[in-house]
Amino acid sequence: MSEPWEDDELDGPVRKFMYVNRRAPYGTIYALESLEVVLIAAAFEQDVTLVFMDDGVYQIKKDQNTDAIGVKNFSPTYRALEGYDVEKLYVEKESLESRGLTTDDLVVPVQVVNNDQLAELMEEQEVILSF
Amino acid sequence: MSIEVNGKVFETDEEGYLADLNQWEPDVATAMAKEEGNELTDAHWEVINFLREYYEEYQIAPAVRVLTKAIGKKLGKDKGNSKYLYELFPYGPAKQACKYAGLPKPTGCV
Repeated sequence: MSEPWEDDELDGPVRKFMYVNRRAPYGTIYALESLEVVLIAAAFEQDVTLVFMDDGVYQIKKDQNTDAIGVKNFSPTYRALEGYDVEKLYVEKESLESRGLTTDDLVVPVQVVNNDQLAELMEEQEVILSF
Repeated sequence: MSIEVNGKVFETDEEGYLADLNQWEPDVATAMAKEEGNELTDAHWEVINFLREYYEEYQIAPAVRVLTKAIGKKLGKDKGNSKYLYELFPYGPAKQACKYAGLPKPTGCV
């Protein structure tokens, strides 16, 4: 029988998962749910890519303050993704620019991609989940 | 469920995790450990305090793999390995240490 600390390496198949985040962080549960499943996939050592587009770019906007709406500000958790080896974060260019934002406004380092590049990235995935 | 420490009652969920992590105080960890027949040493506290700092910064309890790596970075390779952490927390470092630290159960922990 193996000791519990020897069970660390997971032998299952590694799949390429892309999570596409398109909604504002609060008002619906989508953003938080997406983040939770991303963390679970990462804990199981899957190959995880995140995309933020449309209002989804607000999910990683700096200086969020949720005091007035009485829900937890979970934006600091995006900064934990690096420790989970989730480092492929993409933001769709037009979504960012049309909201008057730049990468300096975001809590995590991202790559800005246009629609064509995004389409290419999607082609490479095995599973795409849209939130 | 609840746990009583120094005459104060702390609400917990059905698995013994503290309902409100802001209520946590060191004596809660000591009492939780005692209930499970453990005594907390400096080595335990090092991990518990690390977890509280991690939660403060990222607002989540880390998965065990992430915890192990982060501990290794901060406290050295001899502590950032599963064997060391499982010896301190036999029920699983993330599960047991997070509970003592007053944090919620780590995401992805079943």
